[in-house]
Amino acid sequence: MNYFVIGYYALLIGASCLAAFYGRRSIFMLLFSLTLVSFVVGIVGGESALWTITLCAGALALSAGTAYAFREFLVNISGRETAKALKTAPLTAAFGMFVIFTYAVMGIFAPVIAPHGEAEVISSAFAPPDDTMLLGADQLGRDMFSRIIYGARNTVGLALCATLLAFFMGAFAGLLAATKGGNLDQVMGRIADVIMSIPSLIFALLLLSIFGTNLIVLVIIVAIIYSPRVFRLTRAVAGNIVVMDYIEAARLRGEGDLYLIRKEILPNSTAPLIAEFGLEFCFVFLLIAGLSFLGLGIQPPTADWGSMVRENATLISFGEITPLIPAGAIALLTVAVNFVVDWMLWRSAGLKE
Amino acid sequence: MGDVLAIILKRLALGVVTLLVISVLIFSAVEMLPGDVAEAVLGQSATPENVAAMREKLGLDQPAPVRYLSWLSGAVTGDFGVSLTSDERVAEKIGPRLVSTLFLATYAAVIAVPLAIVLGVLVALLRNTVFDRVANVLTLTSISSPEFFLGYILILYLAVKAPLFPAIASLSKDMSLPELLHRTFLPALTMVLVVTAHMMRMTRAAIINLLASPYIEMARLKGAPAWKVIVRHALPNAWAPIINVVALNLAYLITGVVLVEVVFVYPGIGQLLVDAVSKRDFPVVQAVCLIFAATFILLNLAADIGAILTNPRLRHPK
Amino acid sequence: MTGKFNEDLMRNIEDAARKGKLPRREFIKYSVAAGLAASTASGLWVDKAYAAPKRGGTFRWGIHDGNTSDTHDPGTYVTRQMIFLAHQYRSYLTMINPDNSLGPDLATEWTATPDAAEWTFALNKNASFHSGKKVTAKDVVASMNHHRGDKTTSAAKSLLTDVTDVVADGDHAVTFKLARGNADLPWLMTDYHLAICPANADGTINWESGDGCGPYKIDEGEFGVSWSLSRHDGWHGEGAYFDKVEMIILNDPNARQTALVTGDVDCVSLVELKTLALLQRSPNIKVDNVPSGAAITMPMFCDTAPFDDVNVRNALKLSINRQEIIDKIAFGAATMGNDFHLAPVQPYFPADIPQREYDPDQAKSLLKKAGAEGLSVSIHTADSVFSGAVDMCVLYAEQAKAAGINLKVVREPNDGYYSDVWLKEPFTAVSWGSRPTPDVMFTLAYKDDAAWNESRWRNPRFNELLLQAKSELDDAKRAEMYHEMCLLMRDDGGTVIPFFNNFVFARGKNVMHGPDLAASWACDGARAPSRWWFA
Repeated sequence: MNYFVIGYYALLIGASCLAAFYGRRSIFMLLFSLTLVSFVVGIVGGESALWTITLCAGALALSAGTAYAFREFLVNISGRETAKALKTAPLTAAFGMFVIFTYAVMGIFAPVIAPHGEAEVISSAFAPPDDTMLLGADQLGRDMFSRIIYGARNTVGLALCATLLAFFMGAFAGLLAATKGGNLDQVMGRIADVIMSIPSLIFALLLLSIFGTNLIVLVIIVAIIYSPRVFRLTRAVAGNIVVMDYIEAARLRGEGDLYLIRKEILPNSTAPLIAEFGLEFCFVFLLIAGLSFLGLGIQPPTADWGSMVRENATLISFGEITPLIPAGAIALLTVAVNFVVDWMLWRSAGLKE
Repeated sequence: MGDVLAIILKRLALGVVTLLVISVLIFSAVEMLPGDVAEAVLGQSATPENVAAMREKLGLDQPAPVRYLSWLSGAVTGDFGVSLTSDERVAEKIGPRLVSTLFLATYAAVIAVPLAIVLGVLVALLRNTVFDRVANVLTLTSISSPEFFLGYILILYLAVKAPLFPAIASLSKDMSLPELLHRTFLPALTMVLVVTAHMMRMTRAAIINLLASPYIEMARLKGAPAWKVIVRHALPNAWAPIINVVALNLAYLITGVVLVEVVFVYPGIGQLLVDAVSKRDFPVVQAVCLIFAATFILLNLAADIGAILTNPRLRHPK
Repeated sequence: MTGKFNEDLMRNIEDAARKGKLPRREFIKYSVAAGLAASTASGLWVDKAYAAPKRGGTFRWGIHDGNTSDTHDPGTYVTRQMIFLAHQYRSYLTMINPDNSLGPDLATEWTATPDAAEWTFALNKNASFHSGKKVTAKDVVASMNHHRGDKTTSAAKSLLTDVTDVVADGDHAVTFKLARGNADLPWLMTDYHLAICPANADGTINWESGDGCGPYKIDEGEFGVSWSLSRHDGWHGEGAYFDKVEMIILNDPNARQTALVTGDVDCVSLVELKTLALLQRSPNIKVDNVPSGAAITMPMFCDTAPFDDVNVRNALKLSINRQEIIDKIAFGAATMGNDFHLAPVQPYFPADIPQREYDPDQAKSLLKKAGAEGLSVSIHTADSVFSGAVDMCVLYAEQAKAAGINLKVVREPNDGYYSDVWLKEPFTAVSWGSRPTPDVMFTLAYKDDAAWNESRWRNPRFNELLLQAKSELDDAKRAEMYHEMCLLMRDDGGTVIPFFNNFVFARGKNVMHGPDLAASWACDGARAPSRWWFA
């Protein structure tokens, strides 16, 4: 037992008692269960395990603090209506917005922020982190940190374009199919079936080998591959809505299809669509990484997180963290996007509990 | 129920048409790919005379429509031809690998589907609590990592550092079922991690989407406990999107696992397809793609029928 | 302790002991007779003979590069799976020994007419197929004819274009008649395509059955998955110490690595170079790093602008920093190239030609001379050319900036690279397997009318020397000719050769091998199962 361990438990138990005294049930439960877990972990993993928990808790607290401050910042700079909405945002959503904001800044101002060029070779392969290189070097001796920053621009930009295009095509077709019904519905359904029933990686491989690899082709092909998924979901959700009485009423009023889609069906089917957007965004990311695997992705020396993971993936077997950094960047962004999506979902579902 | 039967028959007929369209698509795609089977088989060191001799031997000197029709006439009688590279019957080549793929997909599905739905209901019930958030972060992290990377991490911790499971899922004929399950546990687990998150999030979203409906309000007002509101009132109406996403993921378990097969050296059908595409082995590509397509069509049909059965309103379109 | 110590006799005794032919008591008796003290002899027994190859065990071998659509047809051998498997269950006329000299396999000896235009190979009378049938001249003739003639689909056809006829000379000798002299024919017979298969009655070969005359016979297996083999008791050669061999296809680098670390295999045929340093730290694993004749080349079309100017070609050769590329791309596991396609491990290597160094300033002045300052060209490559191919070109592009060259790297799809990019784009990156002699390599890719003259280089003096050297049986004269040809390639040719890659493979520490490892293929010339043993 040293002072760290004693201080660690004293702090946890003290804080739990305080929480219990002031009747904060959930905080108490959280703190006290952490204490109990620490007992087990401490016995198994020793002091270093407790350090890890402390670090995690610290990082969590730091993120929570950042999120809180960022939310207040947004509330202060935005207009009254938005501010009102933002005040209801949970910390997770604020954190998500903060991450997205950071990534956006990173992407837009990449050449200014990055200390070194995207393809500039400055040291030996896999050099450890030092004063000039925050995260060390990659397999060619290029600065990892700079490449992560440039990667934000390339990877996120590409994935965002492809996902938006896929959503635009898929959701519009789905809504149209649900509203019109009949033969149009059938034809669109079959087209979607045809596209979906060919495995995405193989389909992309075939199309890219035929049409050549450039960014526009890549975005369009990825969008075509993913739009049927959106189409089917929209069709299923909207199909449930189309049979509702209020749609019938609107039809009897003589409203056109576009009106129905815009004013009646879309507002009532946004929730699952938004949830799907967050996930599709991840999938598009992964498909582009998979395509780099087949040599069809982004051209070198352009930095792209998916290929950065793949290039160094085998190092993970030796406990090296190099491949975890770009993987972490992907994970952090998707988690952040989905935090924000969850909040929007919650708002649009009208759940105020 | 007669109308449901009619829908099934109609959809099956449409499915056959879809398959036909796909076979034409795949045939033309393979045709349009640069290079052909003769060049691919002979590799870097082929001379033009070699390639010409090979083409003649394989019958590639005939025009494309003739070759497609001769394949089609065989296919409708159930004969998918012989592989261009190895002279083996396509059915014999694909058969054992299809069985392995189905086995692994079933293994993963049996774990993933109930897990995802139970967890989805649970996080819907405990929405906006710590449990919900943690589950959220974990599932998002698992789907945002490339699957081969997940596989590497599982191998590192469950095969190298703690040798609990074998890192290589190679199979032999005389394995008992428990042995087989043990050997294929890591690839199955990787696939479970990949598909569970998607299904779970959809379940949660579909349920939460319904919580604002008047009838849920009614159930709540009459004093039903929270779990009962969700399981008895919300869930039945949320089945349509849930079944849809389950069907999508089941299909993915069969058709989208090439990388998992490569990482765990599992003799499945995905690797066969990639190899056949790179060798331009048209009969094999065609047969595997049609199997995949049929899987998709049947699962989607099942999903649509499921949606119709759980929502009687769809049965009588106005 | 009187009498002169007989060194030659001692070497024979040790040799016999190592091969397990001499028990300990006999060993000491003979050693004392050769002039050694009994105690010294006893110690020697432990040193030398204890390391004697031991029979037994199952050798599990993880192989990279295996495809499900591979076949047994020797004419279409292309992946490592087919080639490595062929070296186990089939035999060749000759083989490359661990010390890279030429040795006998099915042929016990070979002789040529003075103009090297007719070669006769005497066959081993003990050789038999796994089916029990003896190997005869008929099988050899049929196996060679499989790669000859207008109708053949074999990729080895070009190798045997000069062979006008192959005839049986009795049951146990075969004569090759050539259109022009070729001093390298016995070396050619080691080519992986030229495996000896059982002949059918009509003079074709039966390759489909998987029957062969190699050290191991196939029990069962599936292409792209795994193969199990067991020792062929009637094999004509020395070795084959393992009882059984399991070949497992492990295409994923991480899968190979973990399989070796967890002990699921005893040896892997390729180690990912990125993790080489980390793998070497493992106490249970031994890494073998063998220099080879396999080259990475970057050919430019000598008849296409701007590469039609020799100054531009030499400027590009000067603006590559080979040492940095070897350090970062090959992680040190490579031999530096000098822009001629002949490696130090190969015969006739001209060691006295000075190494070309990285010199961006001289490159700049050459470009100025050519009027091509600020040269901008594209180099085409693909990930599948070799692991790190794209990275190498990116690094080269960075280095060339110092010479004012703007080198654009174009990553092409892996699929179809060799049919659509190589020989079609004016500047590409290519990976070449090792060829046994300079003549084979030069004829294949540098002769003016060669189908794969990848740099479209047509130098009259080079082509004249190539033909002369081919039929020259005097080694010294030949070496001189190859020396001049290498200089021509280096200073006039259109190919940048950054390095020759090493074979880097790894084995468990209980797997033993002799002092030398052949440089023709990974794992001792792909013959690890018949040459290695368990401690």
